[in-house]
Amino acid sequence: MKKLLSGNEAVARGAWEAGVNVVSAYPGTPSTEILENLATYPEVYAELATNEKVGLEVAAGASFGGARALTCMKHVGLNVAADPLFSMAYIGATGGFVVVTADDPGMHSSQNEQDNRYYAKMAKIPCLEPSDSQECLAFAKLAFELSEKFDTPVLLRLTTRVSHSKGVVELGRRAEHTPSGYVKDIAKRITIPAHARKMHVKVEERLRRLAEYGETFAGNTVGKGDKKLGIITSGISYQYARDVFPEASFLKLGLTYPLPKKLIADFIRSVDEVYVIEENDPFLEEQIKAEGYFVKGSCAYDNPVTGKDRVPITGELDPTVVARSFGLQREPPVQPIAVPARPPVLCPGCPHRGVFYAISKLKLVATGDIGCYTLGMMEPLGAMDTVICMGGSVTAAMGLEKALGPEMAKRTVAVIGDSTFFHSGITGLIDMVYNNAQGTVVILDNRITAMTGHQQNPGSGRTLQGQPAPVLSIEEICRACGVQDVRVVDPLDLKATEAALKAAAGHPGVSAVIAQSPCILIDKKFKPALHVDEDACVGCKLCLKLGCPAISFGGARKKSRIDPNFCTGCEVCASLCPKQAMKR
Amino acid sequence: MKTVNILICGVGGQGVLLAGDIIAETAIAAGHDAKKSEVHGMAQRGGSVVSHVRYGDKVNSPLIREGEADVILSFEEMETARYLDFLAPGGAVIVNRQQVLPMTVATGQAQYPADIVDRIKAQVPNTKLCDGPALSEQAGSAKTINVVLVGALARQLDIPKDTWIATISSRVPPKTVEINRKAFELGYGG
Ligand SMILES: Cc1ncc(C[n+]2csc(CCOP(=O)(O)OP(=O)(O)O)c2C)c(N)n1
Ligand code: SF4
Ligand code: SF4
Repeated sequence: MKKLLSGNEAVARGAWEAGVNVVSAYPGTPSTEILENLATYPEVYAELATNEKVGLEVAAGASFGGARALTCMKHVGLNVAADPLFSMAYIGATGGFVVVTADDPGMHSSQNEQDNRYYAKMAKIPCLEPSDSQECLAFAKLAFELSEKFDTPVLLRLTTRVSHSKGVVELGRRAEHTPSGYVKDIAKRITIPAHARKMHVKVEERLRRLAEYGETFAGNTVGKGDKKLGIITSGISYQYARDVFPEASFLKLGLTYPLPKKLIADFIRSVDEVYVIEENDPFLEEQIKAEGYFVKGSCAYDNPVTGKDRVPITGELDPTVVARSFGLQREPPVQPIAVPARPPVLCPGCPHRGVFYAISKLKLVATGDIGCYTLGMMEPLGAMDTVICMGGSVTAAMGLEKALGPEMAKRTVAVIGDSTFFHSGITGLIDMVYNNAQGTVVILDNRITAMTGHQQNPGSGRTLQGQPAPVLSIEEICRACGVQDVRVVDPLDLKATEAALKAAAGHPGVSAVIAQSPCILIDKKFKPALHVDEDACVGCKLCLKLGCPAISFGGARKKSRIDPNFCTGCEVCASLCPKQAMKR
Repeated sequence: MKTVNILICGVGGQGVLLAGDIIAETAIAAGHDAKKSEVHGMAQRGGSVVSHVRYGDKVNSPLIREGEADVILSFEEMETARYLDFLAPGGAVIVNRQQVLPMTVATGQAQYPADIVDRIKAQVPNTKLCDGPALSEQAGSAKTINVVLVGALARQLDIPKDTWIATISSRVPPKTVEINRKAFELGYGG
């Protein structure tokens, strides 16, 4: 049967067909739909992990029991999970053990564009790179086989355009995998130095066998074309290069670590000139050059005359960028017309808005974190100062206080979402209490992991599949961590929110403010829209400071206006209006 | 056959992604290879959204190259302008008669380019306007704007009408099949 599937749907399908037993993962764009799709198969145990390190370790334990196990994450998630990944590279796999990384060239929804193929090289494990949905399915299946055959974790590396593009896929059946059961083997699974020294020798030997395998691996393919130009490429870059150079010869690598050196050498010898076309870092190019071949790719030193690189290292590739890199892109017949930008904004009725309005009004420094609430940085709220990584808000606020003293702490708050708090905020909070910090942590408890598409989390009372789960109380967690001053507030109540922030910031020691109100999109039960009574509105523009997309200003009478199609009736603007002009 | 390239643009929440799915699935049902690409995430909080759909004998890149889109199907007037460099020589533009104000415009920091449709028309003679809001009301629900627009697009392509209707019927809630069929017809005819 054929079906139109995204790369992520196809990875889930491939893992299912391979008989995967256990999946544990934390969401992150562009990887999230892999977990969400695996959750729909009744044969698979799939769960939302608290963070990526947890997800990778749960999958590792399942592999110890001989189960086929998978974890998936966005590229930066692998930074969080790197510690167990490197140990598992030594331990290897009992049941097939697959780690999926979805990288985000172009940073559509990320803080950097790291190229996670380097993790495969550093951990000395194989890296598979599919270039379309059909290969996503095939490589996901193959990854489990390779993992068991070579006793290794396998890194399956996707990128945004592989994960989120759809293509036609031929579906297969599931081959059940029965876990072989647990057998004690401490020399294999206890990574003490005495064992690990022996493991490292095995890892190097495994790498040699994997490289040998790559020489004849069917996913490393040579497409013979024009002998003048040969292109070495992988992943989505292959698809772009095929469109731009339809006549060229191709070496398409499906296994991009370790590299098949002989296959590459033969290919290079068979053509006059070689381009390496890959997205972001020159991962293949540098290794090929280290073998002593001259190829053209993205390294700046390629072109001694202009000093310029060809294929850009920064940003996402697409057929236009590839064509332009080689001087093959014509000017488009029609030029775009400049129009105002349209950045994303907090939804109308979003509970985060009240907190950011209060922060902005009190002129606090807000160390921020990652989630929908990062949009609190946007004007007119402009209420966020820093973002490092998930969990980094709490610790950055603490560092500021330790550097600049309690006066800084009094005008600083850390702002973190509920899912982010569970992910990696709690350890920072413990550090604050333990090291006698002064500071305020504001936890935006909207009862969901909203940014990545509304997943459940340990505070929401539901599992990945929507089944009932224990509700972890953030308030009790804060108290158990030793925070004495804990306040719970409704962020839709602007006065109470402002008062709570003021009191908490003035408190000596660590305080927590939990702003509790569900994301408006969870059940979408909106209240009737408000409207502005134009006779009452004095045009003071105070309501515009909320940055609610339902409110606009202007018209013949220069008054505020509420779009009834967008307004969710949260009444936050009404509580702000000095003339009570907002009416139901 | 030459690969057909369709670029769909609009604002998060307008149904751009579903329209892209319908177009790609219809192309497959008509016997073509097809790919589509879009980005999930930040863009959906009211940001600018774009989806690429390509179909033909064998499709490689899921992304359209600049200057090669046969049709730009735009759900929002101003959004059309951002992507005009994708249009192929002689390509067509279909613009939904709807304006969604970005935050900078709503708060009065920027102006919505009032004459934008005229400026697009001046650059692209083959520009068609589609009154999605009015036609969807006529069909019975404002939620069918995206299907109205798919209808307007279908008229420009050579895939049989029945194939379109079959895919749409399979993708919308069963209770709304009739309304959506009507919406498609109105877009197709208008
Ligand atoms: C290490 C890491 N993992 C995953 C992500 C993807 N990610 C960004 S925001 C977010 C969830 C935020 O949820 P929450 O803190 O509840 O805030 P909300 O979006 O609900 O406001 C996730 C999972 C990331 N940026 N970094
Ligand atoms: S999805 Fe929810 S949390 Fe995110 S901006 Fe919208 S209302 Fe706020
Ligand atoms: S009540 Fe006011 S703040 Fe709330 S959604 Fe409506 S316009 Fe926006």
